[in-house]
Amino acid sequence: MKRLIAAMVIALPMFGSAALAQETVKIGYIDPLSGGGASVGEGGLKTFQYLADELNAKGGILGKKVEIVPLDNKTNPQESLIQAQKAIDSGVRYITQGNGSSVAGALADFVTKYNERNPGKEVLYFNYAAVDPVLTNEKCSFWHFRWDANSDIKMEALTNYMKDQPSIKKVYLINQDYSFGQSVRTTARAMLSKKRSDIQIVGDELHPLLKITDFAPYIAKIKASGADTVVTGNWGQDIALLLKAAADAGLKVSWYTYYAGGAGGPTAIKQTGLNHQVFQITEGFANVAHKESQDFEKAFRAKVDLSLWYPRAVNEMRMFAAAADKAKSVDPVKVAQALEGMKFEVFNGGQGEMRKDDHQFFQPIYVSSFGDIPAGQFDEEKTGWGWKQVAKIDTAQTMLPTTCKMDRP
Amino acid sequence: MLELVVISTLNGVLYGMLLFLMASGLTVIFSMLGVLNFAHASFYMLGAFFGFQISRWFGFWPALIFAPLLAGAIGAAVERFGLRRVHRNGHVAELLFTFGLAFAIEEIVSIIWGKVPVDFRPPALLDFPAFTIFSTNYPAYKMFMLAISIVIFIGLLLVLKRTRIGLIVQAALTHPHMVGHLGHNVERIFMLVFGVGTALAAVAGVIAGPSLVTQSNMAAMLGPILFVVVVVGGLGSLPGAFIASLLIGLVQTFAVSVNGSLASVFGPLGPDLAQSWLSDIWNVTIAQIAPIMPYLLLVLILIFRPMGLLGTRET
Repeated sequence: MKRLIAAMVIALPMFGSAALAQETVKIGYIDPLSGGGASVGEGGLKTFQYLADELNAKGGILGKKVEIVPLDNKTNPQESLIQAQKAIDSGVRYITQGNGSSVAGALADFVTKYNERNPGKEVLYFNYAAVDPVLTNEKCSFWHFRWDANSDIKMEALTNYMKDQPSIKKVYLINQDYSFGQSVRTTARAMLSKKRSDIQIVGDELHPLLKITDFAPYIAKIKASGADTVVTGNWGQDIALLLKAAADAGLKVSWYTYYAGGAGGPTAIKQTGLNHQVFQITEGFANVAHKESQDFEKAFRAKVDLSLWYPRAVNEMRMFAAAADKAKSVDPVKVAQALEGMKFEVFNGGQGEMRKDDHQFFQPIYVSSFGDIPAGQFDEEKTGWGWKQVAKIDTAQTMLPTTCKMDRP
Repeated sequence: MLELVVISTLNGVLYGMLLFLMASGLTVIFSMLGVLNFAHASFYMLGAFFGFQISRWFGFWPALIFAPLLAGAIGAAVERFGLRRVHRNGHVAELLFTFGLAFAIEEIVSIIWGKVPVDFRPPALLDFPAFTIFSTNYPAYKMFMLAISIVIFIGLLLVLKRTRIGLIVQAALTHPHMVGHLGHNVERIFMLVFGVGTALAAVAGVIAGPSLVTQSNMAAMLGPILFVVVVVGGLGSLPGAFIASLLIGLVQTFAVSVNGSLASVFGPLGPDLAQSWLSDIWNVTIAQIAPIMPYLLLVLILIFRPMGLLGTRET
């Protein structure tokens, strides 16, 4: 066996440099590694590196080593395109990105155009966190796959939970001023007024993305509005600082969030003392009752010293490997075809599906609340508090229709 | 309404005083040395990270003393071994030097402490609500920030205007040769002033670190606004910087609380505009543009009063 491998290693260069370039599967990780989004970007990078190590320990993808190439985009669409080009020039055929739908939109465009102009050298774009619905509707692309539930799906689930909470009477919306934040605010308005016409929207705020150092003025405004509930899609330092300012001012409202679990969020919630009044909508969390994911969480925390914020990243990498196995190739076109319609047992348990029509992954969605937890469960950021499940929405109930009309190669 | 006004005033003053704490060092260095230090916010960041590290080891109070000393020592060294040599090549070289320094410091900080925010908390002694107004709490820590800023402002003014040291320092700027002939070491005076200026920034860093966020991009986030403070206040004027800080803090805070837009004021006059290509400008609220208000102020000041509010020198 060893001899065979040795012979192959010697023989390989004869197939030319193209064969050599494919010895490793490089995944370009394009996300903020500096600036206001750096905390989430770093967390994501460590997650993907951990997952690459996991795949490599099992022999890689089709025997090829997986390598994550970190590229800093400073949450800037323009910078992302430069980094994407740089990655492609150095032999990357797969890029993954998540933070910022404005970035995701630019990257999806870029990849689609690049593939039209460079047949045979296609690049696939795996999106693990940018949730603007437009990416799998009007602007859908064959080369883009999304593992996170889009913000409409999440808002649908969140408002389904909220409509059964009689204590909610006055809602305040505060969001980041860009495509995703605006999409959260419009869907929240539309869905809340449809499902609970008695709920009053007492404020609807947009603020600049990742530029605010002190949220105290915004908190004063929320307070003055008499809101009992805040809905926000904020992420990165914007959610941590928002919660921190609320804690300082002693603002007591319920929070319905997309990303309160990100870096700094749990610490700030603990300071507010809002026990199980901060809710988050995700495709999974540490305390989901599922043996395998809990074992993974334990090992992940021991090695990376972070909570797993991105169960979907696990789905993404494992499905990538499974699709390559199925296609018996790491060629992006074949992998993309294998991914279409693929059914997959997701990380936190349950069946997921990559819908062929729009390349949106569907999976069970959870609403969880943050507060004290039974002994032995996972806490966050050493606060002693952790996430507790309050609702689970099965895959079938998250299937929203799409307007995507996809061109396939 | 009254509630919002009172609370916004408080928030604005708090934010403004923090700005002043950072801008005071910058304006002192500028007025004494004539150097516009682009790396000033980086020393603020160094103060925050040194403060974080020292408070890990010895607690918050030693950090409040030693972190500024350390950052000040680095500042003095930068003046002695860097700026002084560069100075011979004129102002542009100086600006470029401090500009480059800012990037170097940011990179070093992110190598040592990483890019994820560090967990820097207020000391337990000050971790309680000082008072409650209209059911909004004001943490004792924020009051402490306010007190320190005022003490530093008064202290600096007294030193510069009322003491021999201040006299010599001011004379050294305008008549360095004369001061030198009187037996004072002018170069050492400049070095000390630069050290004190950067130490002041570091004090702001230690104090603001737990309240805002201590991470490697904090300098880049606050750098631009400091220049607004210094220019609006008048280059080199300490009281000017004080007034400008408060003004900017208040303007920004109040702007956030105004929901009005052109549409809500003039809406009845031009209902069709809401749908036209002007709709973006028509519908944007004051709150949405609050963060750019200080820069608007900067532009207006430069047009109508280039020397700033209290500045005496034309630039």
